Amino acid sequence: MNKFTKKMMGILTVGTAAFMMAGCSVAKNSNSSGTHQDKDTVKIGVNMELSGTAAGYGNAQKQGIQLAAAEINKAGGIDVNGHKKKIKLIIRDNKTAIATSASVAAQLVNKDKVAAIVGPATTNAGTAEIPNITKAAVPSVSPSATDPDYTKQKNGKVQPYVFRACFQNNFQGESAAKFVTNNLKAKRVAVYADNSSDYGTGLAKAFKNTYKGKVVDSQTYSEGDKDFNAVLTSFKAKKIDAIYVPGYYTEVGLIVKQARQMGIKVPIVGSDGMADPKLAQIAGAKNATKVYYTTPFSTRVAAKNPTAVKFMNAFKARYHAPAPTFSALAYDAVYMVKTAIEQQKSDDSTKVAAGLAKIKDFDGVTGKITVNKTHDPEMPIAIEEMTNGKVSNSFSVE
Amino acid sequence: MQTVLQQIINALSLGSIYALLALGYSMVYGIINLINFAHGDIYMLGAFFAYYVINAWHFNFITALLSAMIVGAVSGVVIEYFAYRPLRKSPRIAVLITAIGVSFLLENGMSYFVGSNARSFPQVIEQVNYVFGGVQISNIQILILVTALILMVSLQLIIKKTKMGRAMRAVSVDPAAAELVGVNVNHTISFTFALGSALAGAAGVLIGMYYNQIDPLMGMTPGIKAFVAAVLGGIGSVPGASLGGFLIGILETFFQSIGLSAYKDAVVYLVLIVILLFLPAGIFGKNAKEKV
Repeated sequence: MNKFTKKMMGILTVGTAAFMMAGCSVAKNSNSSGTHQDKDTVKIGVNMELSGTAAGYGNAQKQGIQLAAAEINKAGGIDVNGHKKKIKLIIRDNKTAIATSASVAAQLVNKDKVAAIVGPATTNAGTAEIPNITKAAVPSVSPSATDPDYTKQKNGKVQPYVFRACFQNNFQGESAAKFVTNNLKAKRVAVYADNSSDYGTGLAKAFKNTYKGKVVDSQTYSEGDKDFNAVLTSFKAKKIDAIYVPGYYTEVGLIVKQARQMGIKVPIVGSDGMADPKLAQIAGAKNATKVYYTTPFSTRVAAKNPTAVKFMNAFKARYHAPAPTFSALAYDAVYMVKTAIEQQKSDDSTKVAAGLAKIKDFDGVTGKITVNKTHDPEMPIAIEEMTNGKVSNSFSVE
Repeated sequence: MQTVLQQIINALSLGSIYALLALGYSMVYGIINLINFAHGDIYMLGAFFAYYVINAWHFNFITALLSAMIVGAVSGVVIEYFAYRPLRKSPRIAVLITAIGVSFLLENGMSYFVGSNARSFPQVIEQVNYVFGGVQISNIQILILVTALILMVSLQLIIKKTKMGRAMRAVSVDPAAAELVGVNVNHTISFTFALGSALAGAAGVLIGMYYNQIDPLMGMTPGIKAFVAAVLGGIGSVPGASLGGFLIGILETFFQSIGLSAYKDAVVYLVLIVILLFLPAGIFGKNAKEKV
């Protein structure tokens, strides 16, 4: 670049900046970038997997989000510096596709001018939206993107506008490994992970790094698989004490069913992707015995938490079904945005982001949540045990 | 040894499902040279229909299977009539793209109407396991194998022994000549779609029974694998499709049992590439010369 262009660019930049600031000062009393809301509503965008392969989880989350917004609006709305504003949800489908997620995010931040985004459900779609929301300075809270690096930039610094309401994989995988070592006393474990997402592979890696016993076999399956008999038959021949199956209930339900039907009686341990009432339906109630999973939202533990009890009752009344974990996480994500706005006394998107980073002892359905410096929520983890398709016991992991 | 025998049983159960699906692909291709990508979704429709009749009207296995076959047949004929027939004279690529479009329509349409959640299929038959010398086989696995074999044999009989079957063979060799000698080409093509789609509907019910889980996207992967099976066996050939289905089932099970589960899908598609490169007509395919 020669000197002249440099100079011109400099002038242009200053000129544009001045022009933009002038525009802002007319619109509202703020000179930072980011979005601003009008005086009666707070727009919250939802970038969600409503169709495509992750639609099952996306729709469960949408229910949680809609429930939270309806509750908040019924109670008057979000208190923004003494003025009650109603939430307006703008729900858009990213079709479980990376490119669509990026364009949905662009629409939400540039056209709809939302104060914050809730979603997406998957790490891949979530990562795809980061450039667009960062450019527009709008924060997003993903209810279920669990990859450890999701909230981090390449250089290891935290992504300023990326938050989540769920555990990251390492924590969950390590907890499961400790549980298998200390509580189940299993010496030989087979790992059977979902390799179609960072979720399954990340958990398997974290588990293997922490587990003290011998991993006798490690196999993978992909999303949508239905036949696990071949791998389970080879596990059966290897004298294992437990199987670790990080993945989602759609496939893990079938793994549990097929394992029990071929006479594998050892404990099957999984992750929060299994924590759905449908697991027992798919596996068959009597097969879902000695099944364990790590979860932020234990319905038994939750029975002692008033916020969770209120959520579970409200969910049942609205959707006539027990609340799945995904809905609980999404519900918390909306309330996290509300808390951030109320603490900052502003619904400008940059302020919401600042508020989200400072959330401390937030009373969520999934427990007391504190957002740490890598934007991961610190919250308690529980392990639930299923017997005959019902949660029969829950353990806390130290 | 026990493990090996057990794996063979696993492979045969999986293979019979692929075989049933592959038959539909192969028949339709044989008659109008179209890869009907919506075929896997008809299998999904069959499974969903059985799900509803079993839950709502308490159909038993046989009636659910037969009614799902009828629903499969009807939807196959309807799809052919509205989507493929108007394009009969168009370039093949146009029909192929339409087939992909129909497939998307069915998948996303069902997701829209019934929700995309996986749901559990009602267990009309209680599973019982039989153990022979350490090898375990369940009554449902036997049922799948037997049903698949009965359907394959009857299909072969229909094609070889009936008048309609003769018409089908005639149209697949030369539609124009068949029409000249009095075969109603449109009826024959509709009948082919009905037959192939009925088998897909049956496969849907069997899968629902066996795995106890259905969802609107369930037809995607099995559909593509069945297509590979049809190509492997020689597309257009009925015994070839059955054999191809079993081979794909065995291949997948074998790679999982030796610890290469991560590559099981890759291997299936690798087979497709290898077959297309070295044996494009498939195992049973005739290398028919095109006369000009």
